[in-house]
Amino acid sequence: MRAEARIGFILLLTPLLLWLGLLIVIPHIDMLIISLRERISFGVYEPSLTQYEKALTEPLYLRTFWRTAVMSVLATAITLLIAFPVSYYIAKMARGRLQQVLFMLCLIPFYVSELVRTFGWMILLRETGLISNLLQWAGLADQPVEMLYNDAAMMVGLVYTSMLFMVVPLVTTLESLDDSVVEAGYDLGGNGLSVLREIIIPHAMPGIVSGCIVVFMLSLGNYLTPTMLGGKDSLWFTEMIYNQFIVRSNWELGAAFGFMLLVLSSVIVWGMLRLTGRTLQETMG
Amino acid sequence: MIPTIPRSRSFRVLYGGYVLLFFLYLALPLTVVAVFAFNDSQFPSLPWEGFTWNWFFGEDRPQIGVFHERGILRSVGTSAFVAACVAVLSVSVGTTNAFLFNRYEFRGKGALYVLMLLPLVIPGIVLGISILVFSSTLANGIWNAAEVDIQALRPGLLLVILGQFSFITTIATLVITARLQKFDRTLEEAALNLGATRLTAVRTITIPFLMPAMIGAVVVAFLMSFENFNTTLMLVGSDAPLTIAMFDRLKEGSTPLLNAVSLLLMLGSSILALVVILFQRR
Amino acid sequence: MTPDLECVDLVKRFGDTTAVDDVSFSVPPGSFFSILGPSGCGKTTIMRMIAGFLDPTSGDIRIKGGTVLDTPPNKRPVNMVFQHLALFPMMTIADNIGYGLRRQGMAKAQIARKVDEALDRIGLPGIGARKVDELSGGQKQRVAIARCMVLEPDVLLLDEPLGALDLKLREHMKIELKALQAAFDTTFVYITHDQSEALVMSDQIAVMNAGRFEQVGTGQDLYYRPATPFVAGFIGEANRWTGRIDRVEGSSLEMRTDTGLAMRATAAHALSKGDTAEIFVRPESVHIAANAEALAQFENRMQGRVTSLLFNGAASRVLVEDDAGETLEVTLPQTGEFASLKRGDKVHIGWGAAQAMCFAGAA
Repeated sequence: MRAEARIGFILLLTPLLLWLGLLIVIPHIDMLIISLRERISFGVYEPSLTQYEKALTEPLYLRTFWRTAVMSVLATAITLLIAFPVSYYIAKMARGRLQQVLFMLCLIPFYVSELVRTFGWMILLRETGLISNLLQWAGLADQPVEMLYNDAAMMVGLVYTSMLFMVVPLVTTLESLDDSVVEAGYDLGGNGLSVLREIIIPHAMPGIVSGCIVVFMLSLGNYLTPTMLGGKDSLWFTEMIYNQFIVRSNWELGAAFGFMLLVLSSVIVWGMLRLTGRTLQETMG
Repeated sequence: MIPTIPRSRSFRVLYGGYVLLFFLYLALPLTVVAVFAFNDSQFPSLPWEGFTWNWFFGEDRPQIGVFHERGILRSVGTSAFVAACVAVLSVSVGTTNAFLFNRYEFRGKGALYVLMLLPLVIPGIVLGISILVFSSTLANGIWNAAEVDIQALRPGLLLVILGQFSFITTIATLVITARLQKFDRTLEEAALNLGATRLTAVRTITIPFLMPAMIGAVVVAFLMSFENFNTTLMLVGSDAPLTIAMFDRLKEGSTPLLNAVSLLLMLGSSILALVVILFQRR
Repeated sequence: MTPDLECVDLVKRFGDTTAVDDVSFSVPPGSFFSILGPSGCGKTTIMRMIAGFLDPTSGDIRIKGGTVLDTPPNKRPVNMVFQHLALFPMMTIADNIGYGLRRQGMAKAQIARKVDEALDRIGLPGIGARKVDELSGGQKQRVAIARCMVLEPDVLLLDEPLGALDLKLREHMKIELKALQAAFDTTFVYITHDQSEALVMSDQIAVMNAGRFEQVGTGQDLYYRPATPFVAGFIGEANRWTGRIDRVEGSSLEMRTDTGLAMRATAAHALSKGDTAEIFVRPESVHIAANAEALAQFENRMQGRVTSLLFNGAASRVLVEDDAGETLEVTLPQTGEFASLKRGDKVHIGWGAAQAMCFAGAA
């Protein structure tokens, strides 16, 4: 029995270790090593901190880095603000069939490729697009309006893309809130605002945290939306990674960028977990 | 703010209106994509030039339809192949992971579990480049040592499959673990008691119990792989999966052909999604 | 005759705690043997060791005379009805009952025949194609037993299988289980914390407490002749007094209670003057009367006041406070004589020394 259990354990452990070791841990270590070297000539490298120095001194890189971080936080906040009332409506106001249908309607757009969603926004927002035509038809504009290629368009796309990942955890936690608790809040003299602040939001906190983490990660790591909807000025950090790797073939700098993005996301996720006293297991598992 | 607590009429109307607006926002881009797939024009935009099926079935340029466009069809095949490989691999490893975390207590289990979750919080692009970097380090190392060029380690389908597998496995593990946690271990004991060996008990009792979750995970993995963009972008070689092929065309300027592909994608994903939901309901 | 099941000096320790402490017993073929004890007494541990899910720390388990310690659970000639039955929810009833036969590699047609036979014997013919969740609690119970019985085990283990049923069904299933055991003519080992289940069904009952067997015997033995204070307190109900022995004459004795009453009782084991002791008297052994003369034949007599009426149909009782201020529970006879008894009434009560069992006190 003992030996049998031991063999079973090893058989089950092996795929896990192979997967995490070969595809997650070692590649990231390798990436770190590459980011810590400098190309002297063809095939000759030297350990150095040049890449990080470059990344931290070049204004364009630094500006893009912080812009990406701030815009991602902003996108997360906007997504939360838009999603919360809707999630609450689905979880607590809608009943029976309507509740199921609304929830399904929330899910369906996200079974569709991000590319298709972005494409939809391009059709809507561009100069020859639907909204521009609508504005002209309504007499609100006398010539085609270009609404693509700016930060607002990009924000619309980012929020749209990550909406599901906010709505699902919020609906799940809000559904578990007992109606009678809310009723008790009113019964004891609370009003809409105080019940929201002292009962509903604290109860929804786990959902808010996991939703925010996922949405933030998705925004930070997004490539498609900033590229397709954002303008020349709305450079995203992922675009810089792509450029260094694929366009310029400067892997050392690209790896450094990749590492900076990883550190940024880890710090912010860690900070969010710290702030709310939760663990990654609770939030993701 | 629950139905049992009375609210003013204007509040209810306002709230309902907001929710309606939200769903319009959700539906708008997808509807637009779908509608313009039938526009008899070179551009997926107004003016509306009339209804046509050409973007699906057209045989001649310029209005060549999806079903006659070789490039698109080939990339659909590539995507399906990649997605099938990723689904099978990630659900297999996800199942073994679920058993490992559910059945064994060992040192470092907590740390390993957190490590298992990490791929979800690593940006897809970073995941892609790290695998790209490592595989070329490997390939270069092998070249330097033995003068053998392993093509498989260069950007291409194998790397795309591994890259997608690396984070989709986490999702498969979570889905299957959740179901396994609901499993009543005495059922397995009952099977042993009735004469089954350990392996037979797992095969005849536990696996059938896990089946809905495993099928659900296969479909989810397939969809996620089919739609993946970020990781794939960094690892793709000459055979482009559908999302990458569409991206390249979109950069050159779009025709309603892309709308037609998108509409088919939407239909396909919705059907698959429906299958998952039906399975989980059972 | 070799016993079907024999446990010899069985010990199981988990770390520092001893869950099963040197337990030995044997179960003759075809009998219904129960292990009765409060939860946490170690009875489930014994059962899991017999089934093979736990290895004993020391001691031996023999089935039909041969040790099974080295036999893995799937090869042991014992089968088990689990506490929550553990029917396989993803299979039909027929597939559930045929599961063990399929593991033996029996031919399909033969399995189908055996399953039909088993369904006939549990009185549920023709339900083979149904799903588990379409059955009632009692039907599931019978299917769980049939699933084991098709394998013709030497011993059938039952782990509190009636626990999940509601009261009415439980009463019914007690009788049915006994009938099934007789029909299959197989040795049943049944564990429970419910004394009535054990008393109604068993040929032999072992009362277990804190890892040890307190007493093994028939229901009557345990009820009328408990060997230890634990058994006296656990089986049935009892009024109890502690005190010191005043006088011993053979097996009858007199004890002075802590509250000062003199009480005559029968010694359950050897006691001598000056020992601390405990007396148990069942509420149903206490007679109640309106005057002292009616109780003249009893060695112990006292008078008191009714403080409370506990009406419960046939099991109605009254609480009587005696002059020393102690409260006794007394079963109310159902002759109608005391139907008008009310709170505050003065009554006389008495009981025989033979119905008062005296044990050495806990010191």
